[in-house]
Amino acid sequence: MTAAPVLQVEDLSVRFRTRGGEIAAVSGVSFAVRPGETLAVVGESGSGKSVTSLALMRLLPPGAAVTVTGRVGLRGKDGRMLDVLTLPEPEMRGVRGDAIAMVFQEPMTSLNPVKPVGEQIAEAIRLHRGLDRRAATEEVVRLLDLVGIPAPRQRLASYPHHLSGGMRQRVMIAMALSCEPAVLIADEPTTALDVTIQAQILDLLRRLQERTGMAVVFITHNLGVVAEIADRVMVMYGGRVVEQADVRPLFARPLMPYTVGLLRSVPRLDLAGRRAGPLPAIPGNVPDPLHMPEGCGFHPRCGDHVAGLCDARLPELESAGEARLVRCVRWRELTP
Amino acid sequence: MISYLVRRLGQAVLLLLIVSMVGFAILYLAPGGPLSQFAAGTDMSQEDLDRIAEQLGLNRPLPVQYAEWLLRMLTGDWGRSYRDGEPVLYVIGSHLGATLQLMLTATLLAIMIGCWIGILGAIRRYSIFDTLATVGAMVALSIPTFWFGLVAIYVFSVELEWLPSGNRETVGDGSLLDLLRHLILPASVLALVETAIWSRFMRSSMLDVVNQDYIRTARAKGLPEWQVLAGHAMRNAALPMITVVGLQLPTLLGGALVTETVFTWPGMGRLFLDSISYRDYPVVMGILMFSATMVLVGSLLADMLYAVADPRIRLG
Amino acid sequence: MSAAAPAAAPTAGLRVLERFRRHRLAMFGAVTIATLTLACFLGPFLLPFDDTYIDIMQRFAAPFGGAHILGTDELGRDMLARILMGGRVSLLVGFVAMAIGMAVGILVGAVAGYYGGLVGTALMRFVDAVLCFPAIFLLLALAALVEPGLTSITLLIAATAWMDVARIVEGQIRSLRERDFAVAAEVLGATDRYIILRELVPNAVAPIVVAATLNVARAILLESYVSFLGYGIQPPVPSWGNMLNNAQIYLTSAPWLAILPGIAITLAVTSFNFLGDGLRDALDPRMDGR
Repeated sequence: MTAAPVLQVEDLSVRFRTRGGEIAAVSGVSFAVRPGETLAVVGESGSGKSVTSLALMRLLPPGAAVTVTGRVGLRGKDGRMLDVLTLPEPEMRGVRGDAIAMVFQEPMTSLNPVKPVGEQIAEAIRLHRGLDRRAATEEVVRLLDLVGIPAPRQRLASYPHHLSGGMRQRVMIAMALSCEPAVLIADEPTTALDVTIQAQILDLLRRLQERTGMAVVFITHNLGVVAEIADRVMVMYGGRVVEQADVRPLFARPLMPYTVGLLRSVPRLDLAGRRAGPLPAIPGNVPDPLHMPEGCGFHPRCGDHVAGLCDARLPELESAGEARLVRCVRWRELTP
Repeated sequence: MISYLVRRLGQAVLLLLIVSMVGFAILYLAPGGPLSQFAAGTDMSQEDLDRIAEQLGLNRPLPVQYAEWLLRMLTGDWGRSYRDGEPVLYVIGSHLGATLQLMLTATLLAIMIGCWIGILGAIRRYSIFDTLATVGAMVALSIPTFWFGLVAIYVFSVELEWLPSGNRETVGDGSLLDLLRHLILPASVLALVETAIWSRFMRSSMLDVVNQDYIRTARAKGLPEWQVLAGHAMRNAALPMITVVGLQLPTLLGGALVTETVFTWPGMGRLFLDSISYRDYPVVMGILMFSATMVLVGSLLADMLYAVADPRIRLG
Repeated sequence: MSAAAPAAAPTAGLRVLERFRRHRLAMFGAVTIATLTLACFLGPFLLPFDDTYIDIMQRFAAPFGGAHILGTDELGRDMLARILMGGRVSLLVGFVAMAIGMAVGILVGAVAGYYGGLVGTALMRFVDAVLCFPAIFLLLALAALVEPGLTSITLLIAATAWMDVARIVEGQIRSLRERDFAVAAEVLGATDRYIILRELVPNAVAPIVVAATLNVARAILLESYVSFLGYGIQPPVPSWGNMLNNAQIYLTSAPWLAILPGIAITLAVTSFNFLGDGLRDALDPRMDGR
């Protein structure tokens, strides 16, 4: 891992103003992704992982109701580092879909239902690569073939509802990859799909990454998927990073009690039949963003929390060994 | 697709049948019923009327009479006008052109203006423009069309003397400019309510669309905002508007009737009122049935057109 | 459930009230309607002029220029008195026609929705068929058949304004009766009528109230149309619509004859529309989060 990062996020915060008060959806998130690397962002819904991904694309609704602070550095196609958050909108449009692209969770609703899929993919190609209609069409055929859609030329005129969920997600991926982005953000791209299709799509993403050397930010709540695809993992809770590590050390020795809980709730094939009873789920619910608990956000659900310590003040995100960060005051005593 | 169209057509035929029953019932409510056309004006004795009733089969059971009446309607025999003895369908036909011209112009005006108001309102939701458009549309829907027509005549014909106050053309002129000058005021007056309707429907359709995931996808591609709106949002929001053509037909026809009265426009609505004041029941009933059929066929066509235009309804 | 209900009810009610109060247009509508109604029913007693008093010397007096605040008409009658008396008739026709239309609509909708099957289908197709006739055409055709008068016009307007309510009620009841509590009541042996009245109709109240408000607006508007065209309320009884009947002739010389009643109609109809719109927002529980 010597290459310089293509995406460098520092102290990213996103706040929403709502009628009930201000919500800190994302607080002080920092991370970096290098070419060819996959960073998995893990957390329950409401942990701020999707908001983070939209902030990276600068796709959060504009206006006074949303405040984004921090720094997002993105390596442009010319090698220059761009400051995504301060880039003028016209330039940002040139970056979006070109240097950084995104695959969304819902392949059913993320494609325009009344436009042929070929046209939808060609749009980005013509915009960023300046190809004419015919050349763009040829390029779409190549991309559809690349993402494993059979008889790609016949698919050009298909509407999204003609395609299965897996095929639609392949179309989404083809669309995102059409301009060979340096960074691909995949926001739960497999969640809405069947397990077998899920595996195919993950496999496809991995192959495409090997081929293009792009960096992938993979948003998911599914640790099984993380084990399969990630190089590094960032666990989020209540809008904050609570643990960051390479994938093997994290699975081998999770430090934060929340990560421990997440790992325990994953069904494991090697333990099948040996463990009795249902999978242990983390008790309680995701905290209400309007009423975040004092101190560590996780303490009300944490089996190891100590009154007067965990609810007193927010723990620092501290270093816990090489390339490893954890946000827990008790991690030293808790981990053997 | 085919099965949907067939089903929709079947529904329309059934509805038309019920509409005809309602029409037949109203016809029977008319003073003197179907006989009134012989009783009016002529000096026939009661025996004569009874004889005609016998001949026309009016003493037979109602269902039989209805079936015969329906058969005559279907073959285009809608009776004759009391006033000049012309066939009802012919009388309606000779007034239809003026009405269609008025309705079509007003609808085009309303679609062009109303859709833009709706789109801008949806894009700048809760802005001053949107608030004004919303309030304006509600006021426009509350203004009596005939009164708005009177005010328009007062302002543009009486005070400013810019435009003629009525009729379709100046007798003996016949130039296109003259026709247009006569058309502007009534078409604009009729377009007021229509514009309000179109802007409301367009706004809500657009609001439905702009929050869809695929709009975000279009933005994520880096498309400029106008391209996102024109190529994805407006295109999708405009599709269901096809059905609005059918939905607002009754309002449009009613508005046309009133507008024609105020502007002495020689159309179907004006004919309807004249026929009522002459107690020309065959024409009154004819226009009533004709307008209901127009509404029915209009919304059927709109639905079918929508089914053809929206690629999602291919298999339904 | 029985313990929670009394505690929850006032807060839900308060929320509805709060949302309604925030709706400035609806408040405008409510205040205007109250003012108009009071003015029309009490105002004439306070005026120095009777609405039928003909003063040939004072014909076509312009508004804001003399003893007659809003001027006089072609017979020298006081316009303000006429507008207030006309308002009585127009508002009354609006309210009563709405009430009758509601009653018919609720009945038809409830029967169709509750019994469903052939009866329900036949009734609802009948509703569809009547909706095919443009209201003004139907109203005028019917009005031409009867002796025009206050009662007949009110009934005719009601006859063209019950279909939307029938649709709402039918739809609500059809969906509600599939829910558990109607089934439970049926099991307990409640009669059909009891189920319809006590269990199902209250649940459909919110959309009905909204439709009722909008229907008053519609009825006032329809009355003005038929009266303007000469087939509604007959002079000398004034209504906002028939006051406009002759106004077109005097448009050049006395435009206020046309403008004033029109403003009254527009104001009243707009107010009811605003009110209905505000009620729709206030009664919609989905608006709670906003």
